[in-house]
Amino acid sequence: MLEKLLPAASTYAKEIDWLFDFITYLVGFWFFLAIGVFFYLVFRYRRKPEEKAQYITGETHKQKMAIEVPHYLILVCDLAILIFTFVVWHQVKIDKPPAEDEVRIVAQQWAWTFYHSGADGLLGTDDDIAKVNELHVKADTVYHYTLQSPDVMHSFSVPVFRLKQDAIPGRDITGWFEPNLQGEWDIQCAEMCGVAHGIMGARIFVKSEEDHAAWIAANSPPAQSANLIAQNTENDSQAQEDNTNG
Amino acid sequence: MAEVATADVAHDDHHHEHEESFWSKYVFSTDHKIIGFQYMFTGIAMALIGGYFAYVFRMQLAFPGSSVPFFGLVSPAAYNSLVTNHGTIMIFWVAMPVLIAAMGNFLIPLMIGCDDMVFPRVNRLSYQIFLLSAIVLIASFFVPGGGFGGAWTAYPPLSAMAKYNATPFGAPMWLIAVTLEIVAFLLGGINFITTVMNARAKGMRMYDIPIVIWMIVIASMLFMASVGPLVAGAVMLLFDQTLGTTFFDASAGGDPVLWQHLFWFFGHPEVYVVLLPAMGIVAEVMCTFARKKLFAYKMILYATIGLGILSFFVWAHHQFISGVDPRAAYLFTTTTLLISIPVAIMLFAYIATLYGGSIQFTTAMLFALSFLAEFLIGGVTGIWLGSSGVDIYLHDTYFVLAHFHYTFFPIAIIGTYTAIYYWFPKMFGRKMNETWGKIHFWGTIISFNCIFIPLFVLGAAGQHRRIYNYQHFPDLAGADMQDMRVFATISLVVMLLFQIPFIINFIVSLKYGEKADKNPWKANTLEWVAPSPPPHGNFPDGFPEVYRGPYEFAHPDREDDYWPQNEPGNQKPKT
Repeated sequence: MLEKLLPAASTYAKEIDWLFDFITYLVGFWFFLAIGVFFYLVFRYRRKPEEKAQYITGETHKQKMAIEVPHYLILVCDLAILIFTFVVWHQVKIDKPPAEDEVRIVAQQWAWTFYHSGADGLLGTDDDIAKVNELHVKADTVYHYTLQSPDVMHSFSVPVFRLKQDAIPGRDITGWFEPNLQGEWDIQCAEMCGVAHGIMGARIFVKSEEDHAAWIAANSPPAQSANLIAQNTENDSQAQEDNTNG
Repeated sequence: MAEVATADVAHDDHHHEHEESFWSKYVFSTDHKIIGFQYMFTGIAMALIGGYFAYVFRMQLAFPGSSVPFFGLVSPAAYNSLVTNHGTIMIFWVAMPVLIAAMGNFLIPLMIGCDDMVFPRVNRLSYQIFLLSAIVLIASFFVPGGGFGGAWTAYPPLSAMAKYNATPFGAPMWLIAVTLEIVAFLLGGINFITTVMNARAKGMRMYDIPIVIWMIVIASMLFMASVGPLVAGAVMLLFDQTLGTTFFDASAGGDPVLWQHLFWFFGHPEVYVVLLPAMGIVAEVMCTFARKKLFAYKMILYATIGLGILSFFVWAHHQFISGVDPRAAYLFTTTTLLISIPVAIMLFAYIATLYGGSIQFTTAMLFALSFLAEFLIGGVTGIWLGSSGVDIYLHDTYFVLAHFHYTFFPIAIIGTYTAIYYWFPKMFGRKMNETWGKIHFWGTIISFNCIFIPLFVLGAAGQHRRIYNYQHFPDLAGADMQDMRVFATISLVVMLLFQIPFIINFIVSLKYGEKADKNPWKANTLEWVAPSPPPHGNFPDGFPEVYRGPYEFAHPDREDDYWPQNEPGNQKPKT
């Protein structure tokens, strides 16, 4: 059902959508049954001057069964939902497949910084690519992410991936996703994080392997000594300060 | 059996009425009915403010960036403050005071057949602190920096430090207001429980207590048991804000997630704290207008107690994706889905009560029936969210928002209207106009559904909460989605306009409504034995004695289709 509203672009999106549908059918059945009985009773037992209401205590065993039987059936439905919920939760949140690539996400008031692994496919090396409000990933690759926040709570939400995870100051929160559909979509901050929470969005770009490699090549920091990079960073921050002052 | 209440201070004068000044009669009164009215009118006034906030931010969402009539341009900071205080007001200053404090105060002594609360001065103090809390909250909108805008859940570090939330005065004032409000309700809760346990009319056994009174008592117990951690947390947060402590500051060894636990340990039982009185009100009204005995009274009572106990073990379902150990989700998903069992029992019993009835569609009954239908939607949509797997996606979306409005609107708004239309004759001695009541009913219910059904769809499409302008998100800026926002906003405006007939009806009926006798609905419970409106002391003709349960409608041994609790009969009816 959800796919009619927005695409499913990660491997576990399908499972979450399936669970959503499963709950929709079970709950929908009970809801329409209950509301149907309700409206029938309201209509059937509307006041007629010649009829006196019946005296029913609801305390006899037979009468109680009218409540207990549906209530046991609901318990069975609850158990079914529970079991499938556990399966999906286990797959999404607990059973992480081994990483094929990594990304570090820093959420702060009010922007996202994404640290992509560069050409070497490793995070924390000189060729990492930092981008503000742009996350570039390649399709059909298992990514592990580390989510950090230097200030307040944020929440990293990619609706098309059915992925959401809060960022908590002082903790490195890890998780995974595997994009399987190419395209460009929204990333939203899903936790109130202050005045500009409402514009704390970013874009995610899911690309083919070749396109992603081309993007890495175009965005890699030029091969320079670590010294120069440090100097660049300094210049950057200098420039930033100038901007702020200006 | 307990003696009737002996709260001397409250009624030293009720047998020889002397002229009381306006101040002593309406402002510093210790009469439970007057205190109930004070809570009710304060709650209604706050509801108008909360509704106005909803109007402003819905207008901003429908027509982003344009000037909202009666407000002006909505800045991001103002938007955050509006949504934060809309939630805070509607829960703490509308649902709580009207459903528990106003109805508890008005109904408990009347329905258990005594003259007043057992601690009338504590009762008066409770309202005074509550009023103070409301004044502090309203004042916080006008201080430099504006009102607090960190969401009603007030997660630190955002709420803890002015450098993050930019409301150096608004945030502490918000927190002080909430804490004062809680103190007020603790005082009220002590009173409710003690009064019901100690001051019941002669002959009223535990199972003869009307279900609404039970529900208010159980709600008070839940409140008192759950609120301790929140008060502790609130004091710690206030110290973080004002004294520079670091209880919730991770960089200095604190833990921001701790607040979430303390908040939701209170926050989830709180849902049932406001739900139960509304369920009780609906039960009273349904039994009276279906002329039916409440189906399986004891089962409902024990399901309620079970619901209350279970509600203490579900809080972390608000935190599935907040960084707590993912394995905890197994436990909290289980408890959350189990809570559907007692709720289902209660709703089924209510629906079964209609079976074989003779249903009169008065305005009060229409509101009571619509409570069941709307709350059912709110209840079942909770299953998607309780399932941790789906909650990963739906958490913090408009699906959640629509879900809890489908629970809180029936509770706080429909429950309140049910109570007012039903007990208005007892409160003020006159009836409200039924035609205008029905116009108010249909206008409110239809437009309510038109507001929130589109929001379910938007939430399922991935629209998150608390965002002041969706045009910044390309996936959410589409014309079809914007159309749904506009539709929801127009429905809200229509719904607010349909409250005008209610307010006019209320005011006009106070003075010109059809005069009501003691028992206009032919109901059984003890409040209908007292004159309408009851004088100070409630029962001038002597305290009633109780001979039977509260719902003996259409009893086969009796010609009349009702059998008041206080009417001496041959025997207690067989159960």
